[in-house]
Amino acid sequence: MIEAELSRSVARWCEGATGVTGAAKLSGGASQETWRFDIVHPDEPIGAILRRSPKGYGAAPTRAAGLGAEAQLMQLAYEAGVPSPRVMHVLTPDDDLGTGFIMQRVEGETIARKILRDDEFAAARPRLARQIGGVLAKLHGLPRDKLPELRSRSATEEISEFERDYRSLDWPKPVFELALRWLRDHDPGPSAETTLVHGDFRNGNLIIGADGLRAVLDWELAHLGDPMEDLGWVCVNSWRFGEIDKPVGGFGSRQELFAGYEAAGRKVDPSRVKFWEVMGTLRWGIMCGGMMQRFREGPDHSMERAMIGRRASETEIDLLRLLAPRGS
Amino acid sequence: MQDEPTPIELTKSVADFLRNDIAPLIYGHQAFKLRVAINILDLVTRQLTREEGSDAAEVERLRALLGMDGSVTDLNRTLAERIAKGEVDLATPGLAEHLWQTTMDKLAVDQPNYASYKRELSRSG
Repeated sequence: MIEAELSRSVARWCEGATGVTGAAKLSGGASQETWRFDIVHPDEPIGAILRRSPKGYGAAPTRAAGLGAEAQLMQLAYEAGVPSPRVMHVLTPDDDLGTGFIMQRVEGETIARKILRDDEFAAARPRLARQIGGVLAKLHGLPRDKLPELRSRSATEEISEFERDYRSLDWPKPVFELALRWLRDHDPGPSAETTLVHGDFRNGNLIIGADGLRAVLDWELAHLGDPMEDLGWVCVNSWRFGEIDKPVGGFGSRQELFAGYEAAGRKVDPSRVKFWEVMGTLRWGIMCGGMMQRFREGPDHSMERAMIGRRASETEIDLLRLLAPRGS
Repeated sequence: MQDEPTPIELTKSVADFLRNDIAPLIYGHQAFKLRVAINILDLVTRQLTREEGSDAAEVERLRALLGMDGSVTDLNRTLAERIAKGEVDLATPGLAEHLWQTTMDKLAVDQPNYASYKRELSRSG
């Protein structure tokens, strides 16, 4: 039972802690798990989250930054005022919990459909696009010399990688071919500035409360690259959940996002943002294909995975809307 | 020739049974999975209803675009290769219209509630 290991762990580094309760697995595949639990403390219980690779699962997927880097980035972000959970403890072999870290739990909502529809978030919604711009500007401004070691990818390398992923699926899709050609033809080249890129900044990875953005999660795909990538990814239609006229996560306009970014002292390049939006749309489409392939080849023969395979056509219509819009 | 009722009628009867009689009895994660299962049956029913007609029209367009004959799979493979080589692009007469029609036919089966699809449908209708 994980609570025994967690209790021994918290007793060592959390002063006054006497144990843990309510450990529950939130998500996870074989190599990465997320658990929630409460630390029992004389003052008041402390809500916590464990992110870990269980014992025996050391290797992260090739694109992942690794849990050590994730913890370091979240800590840096927290200190710089990016809404982010406070990292409480990085696991050591003594914890007997595998590799990973424990952070403070931030209360709020991550389910996009609720954030976009429920009354509770009505006051936050109109402010979110601009707020997200400001947060991204801070995130991109984190000092390079303090960052952990991260992979670095140019737009050109990224196109090649997606093309390789797509070809390996053996899943001929004329619309994806058209998008790949468009990306090659519009490759903006190296960006003027290389910064930290979150890599998966979108609905689902943002904790939202009635007061707005409370935390940025899942730093797993963080890397060094073109900061405009994060601005393009948050605009991909797949994260708007029906609010297609509000490109920024279904919350607001690109103008608001850009204004928030520039008010925090950084510059936007709208044509690069568009490039990364097209790239992001194709990226999600190819990921849907990957789900289909894993469904076919097992071991996860789930209906959910099968149906995600069928969502690739959503990205095809979105790519056509971006690249070959019909007369409006 | 196979006997009746047709596959369309059969899958629809199973989906309706699960939706009307079983779904109200199930809660929690199993209810979520049941919804996914019903969605799959609905998708299959839509595909069985529409596939023949939309594939036939797609093959017609592909023949005209590519100047060759073949199955819908082979013709799509050839079109993908020609776009990859740069022999065909959005300036090629008929390509954009073909991709739009094909994609609309796919969404009508996969995700008729997808907002982009509904927007484009109202544009053409």
